[in-house]
Amino acid sequence: MGIEEKLPSGVLLTSVEKLAGYVRKNSLWPATFGLACCAIEMMASGGARYDLARFGMEVFRASPRQADLMIVAGRVSQKMAPVLRQIYDQMPNPKWVIAMGVCASSGGMFNNYAIVQGVDHVVPVDMYLPGCPPRPEMLIDAILGIHEKIQDTKLGKQRERQMISQEAVALEAPTLRQQLGLRTVLDLRAGEAPAVELPVVESQVVPR
Amino acid sequence: MTTPTEGANVPAVEEPIRLEPPLQVNRGAFGSAGGSGNTSGYGTLVTTVAAPAPAERPYGGWYDEAVDVLESVLPDVGVAFDAAISKVVLERGELFLYVNREHLREVATALRNDPDLRFEMLMGVSGLHWPQDSGQELHAIYPFLSLTHNRRLTVVVRCPDADPHIPSLIDLYPGNNWHERETFDFFGIIFDGHDDLARIAMPDDWLGHPQRKDYPLGGIDVEYKGAVIPPADERRRPR
Amino acid sequence: MSTDNITFESVEPDDIDDAGSYDTTEGRVYTVSGGDWDTVLPAADGTQERVVVNMGPQHPSTHGVLRLILELEGETVTDARAGVGYLHTGIEKNMEFRSFTQGVTYVTRMDYLSSFFNETAYCLSVEKLLGITEQIPERATLIRVILMELNRVSSHMVALATGGMELGALSAMIYGFRDRELILDIFESITGLRMNNAFIRPGGVAQDLPAGIEVAIREVIANLRKSMKDNYNLLVGNSIWMGRTVDVGYLDLAGCVALGLTGPILRATGLPWDLRKTQPYCGYERFEFEVQTQNTSDSYGRFLIRLNEMSESLNIVEQALDMLQPGPVMVEDKRIAWPAQLSIGSDGQGNSLDHIRKIMGESMESLIHHFKLVTEGFTVPAGTAYVPVEAPRGEMAAIVTSAGGTKPYRVHFREPSFNNLQATAAMCIGGSVADVVAAVASIDPVMGGVDR
Repeated sequence: MGIEEKLPSGVLLTSVEKLAGYVRKNSLWPATFGLACCAIEMMASGGARYDLARFGMEVFRASPRQADLMIVAGRVSQKMAPVLRQIYDQMPNPKWVIAMGVCASSGGMFNNYAIVQGVDHVVPVDMYLPGCPPRPEMLIDAILGIHEKIQDTKLGKQRERQMISQEAVALEAPTLRQQLGLRTVLDLRAGEAPAVELPVVESQVVPR
Repeated sequence: MTTPTEGANVPAVEEPIRLEPPLQVNRGAFGSAGGSGNTSGYGTLVTTVAAPAPAERPYGGWYDEAVDVLESVLPDVGVAFDAAISKVVLERGELFLYVNREHLREVATALRNDPDLRFEMLMGVSGLHWPQDSGQELHAIYPFLSLTHNRRLTVVVRCPDADPHIPSLIDLYPGNNWHERETFDFFGIIFDGHDDLARIAMPDDWLGHPQRKDYPLGGIDVEYKGAVIPPADERRRPR
Repeated sequence: MSTDNITFESVEPDDIDDAGSYDTTEGRVYTVSGGDWDTVLPAADGTQERVVVNMGPQHPSTHGVLRLILELEGETVTDARAGVGYLHTGIEKNMEFRSFTQGVTYVTRMDYLSSFFNETAYCLSVEKLLGITEQIPERATLIRVILMELNRVSSHMVALATGGMELGALSAMIYGFRDRELILDIFESITGLRMNNAFIRPGGVAQDLPAGIEVAIREVIANLRKSMKDNYNLLVGNSIWMGRTVDVGYLDLAGCVALGLTGPILRATGLPWDLRKTQPYCGYERFEFEVQTQNTSDSYGRFLIRLNEMSESLNIVEQALDMLQPGPVMVEDKRIAWPAQLSIGSDGQGNSLDHIRKIMGESMESLIHHFKLVTEGFTVPAGTAYVPVEAPRGEMAAIVTSAGGTKPYRVHFREPSFNNLQATAAMCIGGSVADVVAAVASIDPVMGGVDR
């Protein structure tokens, strides 16, 4: 990336980062990756009522080489997954990915042989957006979330440090189970001592 | 809705003699693999899915005339009616012809070309897998539509798992091309004479035929707030 | 292509740094991955000029994930194949593990632009198996008709909008989606969702219409009649639009019948085949409307048919609204009818208090029915049923096979887009690449329906 190579490391870059973040977020160009029902809601977001043009995003670039945001809108089937990865690889940095809809986030209601259970198996995702399909307002909310993320992104060496610290935080973070203090039979069998003496409910594990 | 005979005062109904063995015999009221600690008392319930019984003449409406036309036309191409059509079924007012696969093409040609039949459109092929119907596990359902006469009928062809071949109809009905590919992809029925029988929905190197009953649903466990729920085909569920 | 003729032994692990090549009966096929044209071209022998171009599966000019494999000679298409399967979801297999009512939520996502038609085709088949077709209440049938016809309008709007956008008329996209929002508001008021509403259930519909909706629908119809004129004025008679769609994607009656095509493509050839008239269902014989046909068999004819069908659908909705009478919206048989009515209580949305009072305090049978229906669903006698409906794209039917249980044994959908897309080859060969886009836009495939 041109600007970042020219920056000497260690120089205070705050204003430049803010400017770069501001500029990048306000002209995000999405790559058309509409697959199924979510694609229709994505098109409706670009329509007249929920106008994506006010965020600078009405230009859905067909060519991934000119896009920086990939909104995976819809269910990704086994046959489509390599295509998805190829399109992602063809996008130049910086790029972001929104997994729009439950099918893209986690496989959705289709827990079967044909659908990839979450596109994070294939591409790294920056924002998960649930909904079946998510309303255009929800999509805009996700886009604004990505905007915040882009605004706070640092440049150059600071960016490397930011990524390392974010990863460390994520690795240290307690799992959802630990956060909620839930213990199941599985954990106790694994020898883990419960943090709090909660009554263990056998029926939490649905029998096969 | 049919209500089962209830009460102790009604004498037991004798099962009428079926000409064909049942399509499926279900043991137990819950669908998942047995031994799941079922204490409901329904674990020893046995229900059967009977094969549709052949219909008796008169069939009603235009059905008699259509079957008569087939009876007269098929011998002209050297096929006896009884050799081609194993049974005629009326299910909920619709005509189902069970055709033997060796003579499917002759029957389809007659259905299409004869001016009194004129079933110009074939709406596709739908596969069906009855794993317990030994000797004819794979069923293929062909719905026909006649634009001229505004009529519909359905042809059912059965073939065994060990030899899953059915003649292709794409030269008579070119629109059947992708339907046959799809039925091959999902059930493994090989349509002889189809020059391009490749998978259509699964990737080309996929193994197995997904919509058969012996193919798992293929989902993953769902974990949510500490609970783990197995995928739909592995849960204990009512049949 | 049959895989018999490809001999993979011919891939040479040579010093050429390309992605490989292999022999077929038609000649040598080279796979290029960029930056290696000059290594590949000198090795090619012969003077064959055939170029195989892959359009899709990710491409702005395809209705979803459709892959078009075109063989070009210059700008002329010499062979065209459509590659499908990129949206295969395994819906049909998934439905075998869900009750019949839960199946509606799966079915509605197949052809996601005409969700009510999917639901109605499925519910009509299930009701035929149950034998309760005559007992569906009148009000439920009329609500189904209203929702279906509004869905037809919204589906055609998307067809025109995306078709217009693909051919360069970007305003058509804005007009189409703007007008569609009006209809989606109605859907949201009635069903709670804009799309993928699992509202039409076996036995009737899920809930009654909200108060004041009839006035709202009439208002929307009046607004639509005015705003649909925008698209009409922009495109009909427009020389650029006609230049791109007249005589493009030509498929005559014989071709349509051979390929099993129905819907606007068949009606563009002049044959007035519309299941709402020829094999009526859901009481369509009571409505007055005309089957729209053209006799040009080209993209422009199909476009005009869709425009006119939208006006006819609005007429049907008005007639259905006139016929609405108060009444039940679910079949009377309590062993099938979904028991509860959702309503908003003090702690959110849940079963209405009336219903809870009834099942907990008043009627043991209601409690039993509620329990059985919610846990395992109703039982459907064994058999197979095929009931077709006239979806915006053609004849849609669900072949539902039951084995006497609470879950379908097999559901297979005869989707119109699956057949219609086979016409790509017939329509595109001989034309130019730009005509491929116009032809596919006029077929209006929805890949969710094609791949299911």
